[in-house]
This record gives sequence, structure tokens and C-alpha cells, in this order.
Amino acid sequence: MAHLKLDQKLIQKCRKLAKEIADPIEELIQTHTTVSIERSVLRLIGIEDALREPGGQYYPLVNIIVEDLKKQSVLSRGVLYWFVNGLIATQLQPQELALAVAQKKISLTGLPQAPRKVVEALCRKLCLAAKQNLIHQRNQRDQLRRELKDKFVPSGKNGPLLYVIVATGNIFEDVIQAQAAAQAGADAIAVIRSTAQSLLDFIPHGATTEGFGGTYATQENFRIMRRALDEEGRRLGRYIRLTNYCSGLCMPEIAALGAMERLDFLLNDAMYGILFRDINMKRTLIDQHFSRRIIALSKIVIHTGEDNYLTTADAVENGHQVLASQFINERFALNAKMGENLMGLGHAQEMDPEHPDVFLLEIARAQMTRDIFPQAPIKFMPPTRHKCGDIFYSHLMDAMFNFVGVLTGQTIQLLGMATEAMHTPLLQDRWMSIKNAKYIFNGAKGLGHEIQFQKNGVIEKWSQKVLKDTHRHLSMIHQKGLFQAIEEKAFAEVSRTETGGKGHDGVIPRGSDYLNPFFNLL
Amino acid sequence: MSSHSVAQVNLKKLRPYGDIMDDGVVQLSFTLPVEATPEAREAAVQLVEKMGYEQIKVATMEKAAHGFSFFVIYARLKHTVDFTAIRVLKVEAQKRSREEIDELIKTRIGRKLIILGACTGYDAHTVGIDAIMNMKGFAGDYGLERYQWLDARNLGAQVQNEDLLKLAVQESADAILVSKVVSQHNIHIRDLKDLIARAEKMGIREKMIFVSGGPRLTHPMALECGFDAGFGVGTKPSDVASYIVEEVLRRMEEKHPSQQSKTLKSQKKSKSSQGSAASRRSE
Repeated sequence: MAHLKLDQKLIQKCRKLAKEIADPIEELIQTHTTVSIERSVLRLIGIEDALREPGGQYYPLVNIIVEDLKKQSVLSRGVLYWFVNGLIATQLQPQELALAVAQKKISLTGLPQAPRKVVEALCRKLCLAAKQNLIHQRNQRDQLRRELKDKFVPSGKNGPLLYVIVATGNIFEDVIQAQAAAQAGADAIAVIRSTAQSLLDFIPHGATTEGFGGTYATQENFRIMRRALDEEGRRLGRYIRLTNYCSGLCMPEIAALGAMERLDFLLNDAMYGILFRDINMKRTLIDQHFSRRIIALSKIVIHTGEDNYLTTADAVENGHQVLASQFINERFALNAKMGENLMGLGHAQEMDPEHPDVFLLEIARAQMTRDIFPQAPIKFMPPTRHKCGDIFYSHLMDAMFNFVGVLTGQTIQLLGMATEAMHTPLLQDRWMSIKNAKYIFNGAKGLGHEIQFQKNGVIEKWSQKVLKDTHRHLSMIHQKGLFQAIEEKAFAEVSRTETGGKGHDGVIPRGSDYLNPFFNLL
Repeated sequence: MSSHSVAQVNLKKLRPYGDIMDDGVVQLSFTLPVEATPEAREAAVQLVEKMGYEQIKVATMEKAAHGFSFFVIYARLKHTVDFTAIRVLKVEAQKRSREEIDELIKTRIGRKLIILGACTGYDAHTVGIDAIMNMKGFAGDYGLERYQWLDARNLGAQVQNEDLLKLAVQESADAILVSKVVSQHNIHIRDLKDLIARAEKMGIREKMIFVSGGPRLTHPMALECGFDAGFGVGTKPSDVASYIVEEVLRRMEEKHPSQQSKTLKSQKKSKSSQGSAASRRSE
């Protein structure tokens, strides 16, 4: 395929800078835990239920248990220590114990403490079983992929994967939309979450039928959609991937649920929560590590959120922010033992459609992403910012986006919707969009192998400029340190402080007696 | 005079235009939740007939999914409207440039106007409020932050109504801009009405100018929610600034009427006007 001539030494320098930027964060990650990490390990060992509150809402058992321990300032030892000790003391099954604790019938800290070694042994046993379950789910998923002759390849050489979104607010309506999309030709479905969800410090329980601008991510909703897509996949003879979103205060928990319910893709960005949802930096960075450890074991592909930089800041002027963030996300993923083949680094086609040479610049950026991350299942996202009520023009914008995608060998193409500026997609909007993509992907397949980029042409020059700008940007971040750089608006023109934002109080220093075998097992 | 003259538009019986005056041609597309069969096609035609069309031509019927058929249809609309009788509530403010507005504030008010903007409630879609407020602005029209005589502060996403009002009181804001993008279950209407109710409770409703904007908002809807003005898609920062400065001056006049009021061209905010007027600020 046509590759851009890029300064490989400069790319290496960028990677080195990204490593040095991320390394100091490792110290923070190794010495802390969060309420979400603690909740997620309880979920991994099988605690799923919720208690009905007086208002009619369901509140998860894992939240009640963890909050209780936090209030007593004993969470530095880790929830597993107290919970497993509780299992030993009461001889109850985990679900029974969890319920009893939540109902205030048992106090974990009031129970006699068994010898440490006994607690550690049972804890390890439970965590191993949980890990085995994750591997089992992964194997089931891979088995179905084989059965359906799944052709997905991270490098994208089999052509872009068609990825679409459903978001009715009602999981049962979403199933209909998702199956219809699969029938029309979609390869991957994402269920957009209800707008407020990233700021909830708990995961809603059960199947949900109401949401704002999306459907709540819950374990039951994951099950329902996974089952529906498995059935549809068998009918169509094609494996259909399911995506959801980790971002927010519950990153590790959503990762755990995604792994347990055989999801294929998870949105998971090291900095998105900080920049766009004002979640505390330390909370996000600690959470993203553990969540990615789970995800890496389950061989789920993460998608990162660099498209967001281009919806707030100008896309022509900020290609370097995207690339800098991709390097940083790549490094944090590597630090979580994730291989490049699981890094769906994100980028988008968001330049002003009336900018001169806009397609040459977009091709430059898309091709350089492909070339700098050759093994990564990169995710290309469609125009949104300049979409308008003229749906016919918007549909054309998506056609050009599809063309750039197939030309530059993108792995995952999140299809644009003509009605992006109007509403969440109707069945006919999605159908039209898929037809658009199939036409272009089929017709221009392999076009990238037929051309070469003009030496010193507009496209090559632009890619070199973006790379240089990125190196400069990373050097600045490296010099200041990530926290200070973010405070000084290094990304998306947003400033965040080290102790500001939501969820800071959910960051807990690990005690020297902290117990959580998952850090070794995953 | 040529004997081959082209028909002029009949404003009393306005109808869509395809390529010949009064041909009433409309393009429709929709999905029916039934399989794409001859029966489905007939059902589509009958539905379109009921909508008031004739000469119905189905351009295509496509299988959109199992049990769903998608139609593109062309038809002639039988109905008309009397364009001359159309009355629309619009934001009435003389369109001024940034420089003119700055000059007006400097000479007639003499201090910076304080404007707070935010996406309220759960809404996190700041593209709109950013377009109005951020220095870069929108379509070449600079944002409110760029004005010399406006102290414009973009509070961003998911700001709670009570926090917004508290800050407005604290900062003695002259105007509050509320951006609402998410509109499922009419959350935007509920949140907007809630803001005004709280402002009234706090006794500050009359002290500030309340403006709302968003892709699903119109001036009449905003008025219905108790706001002073509403702006929709395509609104430029200078549209909003023009309105705010005129409204501030109008309120100043009301409080302290003077001879100068005759030279100001501002009109009352809820004045209606002929549909044939050039202004397109109602949508």
C-alpha cells in the first residue's frame, strides 16, 4: 500500500517521550487503588446483584460493600481482604455474604480475622477462578468467531470494518436496530450510553428501557445485546462485534463486565475522562490501568477517544494533539500489558469541508496514522462537527470519509450518519450509511496499493508538519510533566488540576497489607 | 410582451416547487415496519395519499432489514398555505457588527456586560455554546469572548441550574446563555423551565436577560419556557450580542426614560412581522 515518507527517527523520539511521560504515572498506579477498582474485583468474583432502595432504584451490592469499608477507613487493605475473610468467618457463598453485608446483617470489619495466609490462599483461589472465567468467556467468543469465519485483522488489510451505533434508550429497541444494521451489512455495533452515565459512580442494574441520548450500560443489557448479535451472526453467517464504553467513574467495572459478557470492543482512553468529563486525573489514570489489564487478558480491542480533540478544537490546526494523545495512549496500554493488535487508536475526519485542499490534508493525517501504528486496529471516526441539517450534503461528507478510509487502509470505520446533526440514527439513516460504505469499500478496495504519494507533495509535506508539531508538543508535555501540562491546556484547550474534578475522593492509597491478586494474575 | 410568460408565485396559495411554478412536487422518504412487498408499496402510497398528496410516484422501495422497507417517493401536494397571513415570533434586534456592538456598549453603557454561558443539566454537548462564546466563533463571526466590552464566560458542560444562578448573582451577570442540545423526552424544555422557576424564586428573573439556544429550540419555544429570547441553528455570535445589547439598553430606557430613546432603533422583543420580511432569525 502507498506509504508516506515519514521521519522514522522522529517517530522513535516521540515514542520515547511518550514513555517518559507515562513512566512517572506508574508510581501512582502501583501505590493506589480506587473505589471502582475495588468494586470491579468483587464483580469479577461473581457479585452481581443490587438492592432495591426506598425510591425504587437499584443500587449495586458492590457499591454498598465498598462504600461501607471506605467509611470505616479500612479500604487501604483492599475489599478482597475483608470480603474473603468474611467468607472464611461465615462459611457463606460469596453472593449470600454480599447480600447479607449490604442488608447490614453482617459487618465485615466486625468479624474475627483469620490468619493472613488463610485469607490470601482463599483469595487467590477465587481470583484464579475469576481469571479462568474470563479466559473461558474469551474462548467462547473466539470459538464463535472461528465458527463464523471471522475475517477481522488488526492491520486492516481485509478492508475497513463497518461499525455503527444504536442509541434508542431502550435495550430491546436497540436489539431491533442492531440486528437490522447487521442485516444491512454492519460488522460492529456500539450501544451509546445514556448521557449522564460516565458521571455515575455506580453501574445501573438490570435491563433498562429509558435513557437520555443513549442506553445505560448494565451487565444485563450487555447480555441481552450479545445474545441478540450471536443469534443474528449465526443467521447471517458473519460474526457481529459488540462495543461499549468504559469512560467515566466506573472504568474498571465496565471493563470487567465487558470481559465477562464477551464484548469485542471497549472505548477506553487514558485521558478522555479527565479532559471531557472533568473526572479527577489521578482517578482516571489509576482506573485506566486496571481496566486495561482486564481488557488485555480478554483480548478485547480498546478504542481511544482522540476524535474528541477535533470536535472542540479546529481539526486543521490540531492534528498534533491527536497524534500526541495516540502515542500516550499507546504507552499506557503497553504498560498494562496490552499488545499493539488490541489498540484501536482513534482519529477523525473533522476538518472544515470548505477548507482548501481539505481532502489532501485528511488523507495525509489518516495515512500517517496508519503508517505510524501499522499493527494497531486503528479506528477512524466520521465528520460530526460540520454536519448540518442538509442531510444530502452530510451524506456526501460521509462518502468522502469512506473514500479516505478505504484509500488509507483504516481498520475500523465508524460510519457517519447523514442525520448526525438532527437526531440519533433512524433505521433508514443507518441503512443508507451502510449502503454508502459498502459501495465505496467494495469499489475502491486496494486503491491504496495502486498509488504512491507524490514526493514532497502537499500530502507528504502536511504529514511531516503534523509529525514535527507532535514532537514539539510531546517535548513540551515531557518537560512539564503530564499533570502540569494538562493544567496548562495541553489538550483540547481544557485545563484540569491534579486534585480537581469528580472522583478524587475515590482514590485510596494502598496499605502495605493491600490484598488484590488480580494485579499479579491479569 | 411575450405571450410565453412564466407564472409568478401565488402567495395566497403557496405550494412546493419542483421545476414549474405550482407543481407542488415534494420528495419524501420513510420506513414502514413491514417486509418490502407489493402490499407494502401500496400501503406507502395510501399513507402518502392520506397526507394530502396526489400523482404519487414510488422512486424506490428497498429492503432496509428483515421486516422493514424503505421508500423514496415523489408526489404533488394538494394543500397550500396563505403566505401573506403568516405571522412569526422572532427575535427583533438590529443586526450589528462586533465593532458596532462594542462601540454601543462603550458609549451608551460604559462598562463591560457580563455574560455567562453553559450547557445545563446532563447536557455535555458544548459545540453550540462554544461556537457562540469561544474566541474563534462560528463561520467567520467572532465569539463573545472576543468582544472588548463583553466579559463572556463559557462555563462549559453539565452545569446545574442552581449553580449557574448562584454564580450569576455572585458575578452580577447581565445575561445568561443556556445551550440545550439533548432533547429526548423534552428534557431541554423541562430544564429551561426549571431555570426560570428558580430564578423567579430567587427574585432575579427581571435582573438578568435569559437567552437559550440549541438545534431543537426556537424563539417562540424559548418564550414559552419563560426566557427572553431563543436562538436556533445558524445563529451567529453577533446575532446574540446584537440582541443582548439592545435588550440591555431597552431595559435601561424603561427604568430611566430619556430623549435618547427616540434615536435607538430597537423594537419590543415579541413584535411579530410579515412573513415576507427578509429576517430569518426565527429558526
